Amino acid sequence: MKSWNLYKNHRLFTGTVFLGFVGLSALIALQPAARVQADNAPLPTAVALTTDQQAGLQVFIGEGCVACHTQQVRNIDMDQRWGGRPGLPADYAWRQRQDVWRATPSILGSERTGPDLTEVSVRQPSDLWHLLHLYQPRSVVKESIMPAFPWLFQDSVAGTPAGLALHIPGGYREPGAHTIVPTRRAQQLVAYLLSLKQAPLPTGAQPAAFLKLTPPKEAAPAVGAAAAGPPAPDGAALYATNCQPCHQANGEGLKGAFPPLKGSPVVNDKDATLMVNIILQGYNPRPEYGVMPPFAAKLSDAEIAAIISHERSSWGNAAAPVTADFVQKIRALLKAPSPIALAQNP
Amino acid sequence: MERKRLYWLGQLLGLAVLLGSPVRGLAQAPAAAPVEGPMLTQPAVLGMLALLLVIVVGGVLVLVSRVAALVRGSQAPSHEVVGGRFDETVTNLTPAQLAAIVARQQAQEFHLSGTELGGAAPVRDAHGVVQHVDLEVHAPWFHEKRRVAPFADLDPRLTQLVAAYLLCAAFWLVLGTAVGWYVGVKFVRPDVDHLAALSFGRLRPVHTNMVFWGWSSLAMLGLGHFVVPRTNNVPLYSLRWGWWALGLINASVLLGSLCLMNGLNNGGGEYREYIWPVMLLFAVGVGLSFGNFYQTVARRTTEEFYISNWYILGATVWGIVLTVIGYLPWYQNGMGETIIQGYYMHMGVGMWFMTFTLGLMYYFLPMSLNKPIYSYSLGVLAFWTQLLFYTMIGTHHFIFSPLPWWLQTVAIVFSVGMVIPVLAGTINFLMTFRGGRKRVGDSYSLPFLLMGVLFYFTGSFQGSLQALRYTNLVWHFTDFNVAHSHITMYGIIAFMLWGCIYTLAPRLRGREPRQGLVGVHFWCALLGLLAYAGALMVGGTLKGQSWLAGEPFIQSVVLMAPYWLWRAIGGTLMLLAHVVFFYNLVDMLLLGQAPAPVAEPTPAFAPQADEILESV
Repeated sequence: MKSWNLYKNHRLFTGTVFLGFVGLSALIALQPAARVQADNAPLPTAVALTTDQQAGLQVFIGEGCVACHTQQVRNIDMDQRWGGRPGLPADYAWRQRQDVWRATPSILGSERTGPDLTEVSVRQPSDLWHLLHLYQPRSVVKESIMPAFPWLFQDSVAGTPAGLALHIPGGYREPGAHTIVPTRRAQQLVAYLLSLKQAPLPTGAQPAAFLKLTPPKEAAPAVGAAAAGPPAPDGAALYATNCQPCHQANGEGLKGAFPPLKGSPVVNDKDATLMVNIILQGYNPRPEYGVMPPFAAKLSDAEIAAIISHERSSWGNAAAPVTADFVQKIRALLKAPSPIALAQNP
Repeated sequence: MERKRLYWLGQLLGLAVLLGSPVRGLAQAPAAAPVEGPMLTQPAVLGMLALLLVIVVGGVLVLVSRVAALVRGSQAPSHEVVGGRFDETVTNLTPAQLAAIVARQQAQEFHLSGTELGGAAPVRDAHGVVQHVDLEVHAPWFHEKRRVAPFADLDPRLTQLVAAYLLCAAFWLVLGTAVGWYVGVKFVRPDVDHLAALSFGRLRPVHTNMVFWGWSSLAMLGLGHFVVPRTNNVPLYSLRWGWWALGLINASVLLGSLCLMNGLNNGGGEYREYIWPVMLLFAVGVGLSFGNFYQTVARRTTEEFYISNWYILGATVWGIVLTVIGYLPWYQNGMGETIIQGYYMHMGVGMWFMTFTLGLMYYFLPMSLNKPIYSYSLGVLAFWTQLLFYTMIGTHHFIFSPLPWWLQTVAIVFSVGMVIPVLAGTINFLMTFRGGRKRVGDSYSLPFLLMGVLFYFTGSFQGSLQALRYTNLVWHFTDFNVAHSHITMYGIIAFMLWGCIYTLAPRLRGREPRQGLVGVHFWCALLGLLAYAGALMVGGTLKGQSWLAGEPFIQSVVLMAPYWLWRAIGGTLMLLAHVVFFYNLVDMLLLGQAPAPVAEPTPAFAPQADEILESV
């Protein structure tokens, strides 16, 4: 029985495959995992999750949100839209076991059926929008296929504060629902979502550059060279990405949540100064509407001009287009910051 | 003998080079550091010297052996002497020896007369060999498949255990894919229901875990409980452990699914969604199975244990190890979790499902084809390279992530290395098929096995290519990955398991499935998978291109609509196939009789056949 032939000595064979696998696993998984865990800490600028946000993270995991939403900005230029800089190990250093029963939340994700959430609070700072979107995603984004989460809301007959009540367009209400109020779990989930943004690097530190891997868009050959300057940004596409989630494709906004642009006196004003102002700096004085985020750091003058021109000429609006120079003048007056992208591509 | 010594020397030197260089490589400063120190401390230079040494030493050994042969050859008897001895032998033959030689010569000159099979005697089929006589000559729509003979020497208690495993597995398959189908429908109709327990995010892991741990794992283990005792020529060590393992794994899948539907998810990492107490039940079940298999192998009556046992023992050991590593907490904070997640989800597929199923293939493919496996050596190569390469590739799920760049590169390199075990296995299986085309057409199990082998090659190769950095740009995060995981877990694992089950189940109780229904199962599953994977691969590519072009994100959701519809259609076909499979399995295992003693031919059939034959 004492054979040294692996296939005649089952003890030797089993021992070999066991030790071989454990050894390779230690080399490729255990040891690197232990090392990246030990050699990591949150950025000094990072803010720890509050108790509510932590509870919201557990709702996020329990509802299986990670199946469709990643939280990783890869270091390739196609991911630039999801965050200002590539993700760092430090961005994830805070993660640890949730409790005795549940492991570390696996939030990096492997599929992007929905948008990446690394900076969702920057893109979408309005808690009202998130609540509407959770109750029924299609009430704010018509084409969305995200599940609705009506069980995170309740009918407020039980005397809960009416101030929280959501204005849901009739067609999107659950049958029989009257006043729709978020439960505590919904509020925690939104608190978690609104905590998501990349921590700024300590002053002076340069973020790693994105790898330029996207195939270059074929610029109009030869002739284009003479035309000088990059092609004009597409106002409709920029509107779809940046404005449509709230103001909607038809420009009518959502009653009780987001104001209409269609027929809006601000949009149709001959002088677009106020409109540029609002887009650059954001807007929040009207309690009946959600928060408008500032876009100064996100969009260039040309992009803002393209969006404004698109809005002023759509849905029956008929005001003159604005130029990038005009936006730039107001930006200078406001001393508003410009997007990093501008600095990189003069 | 010298040649052998030379071989070992070469091996040792090669090993020294292999072991020496990476260690030194790790110790080096990052890439661009200037070269310092004397030349003789550089690993590359040392490697060159070692290689030179191999040549020199090898040459010396060859020289010595040639000289030795020359010396020996000079003492050998000459040709003339040998020829003289031959003449002497022939002239001195005894009459008996001469008679034997003459008889042999006559035998070689024998020819058939052409009338041997004719005659006036009545035709008899004393052993019941003829099973089907069709006197009308016509071209049937469906090819009649060959029937199989049941095993004569089965322990009915083992049959019962294996049948219970297979039926439980088929139950989870139907339920798990019904869930999967419903989840797929939600891509097309997101508002089909608004119940928390049936929401997409909760049901998706219910689907994946149920078909992983419920269907594939139980089917593999059930077949393993048959293969291991059979190939070692002893009874199963413990039937009781077998039943316990079955119960524990069933409990794990049931509890896990309930937890997930109630919003209790371990951490969202794929295939790790069961919380640890639930997964522990599964691990103990696999542990019991390992113990059972190991003890059975230990009591074998053969000297060597057959190749299937390597794979099955390996898979159970590795399955337990990777579950333990995936669930222990100490190295899973921060980015540690991500490394373990990549490792765990890939090892689950590669070291547990793939390895175990390949082991089953090495038994059921030869059985189905009625000939031995093409090459034992290719099996050895595939086994050890599977261990070496597969273990290293987990991080290829996180290319361009904040994980260390070197770890990503290692994963990519070894992903490409997977071509070696995959090619070795594919060649081995296909060469076993060689010359058996008629047999494949005559069988209802072999088409499943053949498709499984073809998907093994394409699916695995696809995985290697998807690990590359460029393909990650286009396909990572898209539905292409979903297509890939179905090509592998369904095209490879499920098809191979079905082939094995259709080989074994009719032999257990002597009852065959209805051939038409096996055909329905095969074609619905195959066409369903092709529709499913094809739609998601095309859609996934368009999605990736939309992202690369910088279009608004919602555009990539809108453009997928027709492809998600086709996925749902393919899924419907697959679900239909599974319902038919479940019926076939019940038909074979529950409606069949216990194996009858085979000694005498069935009396009712034999005279009937004789009558028909005689009436011609």
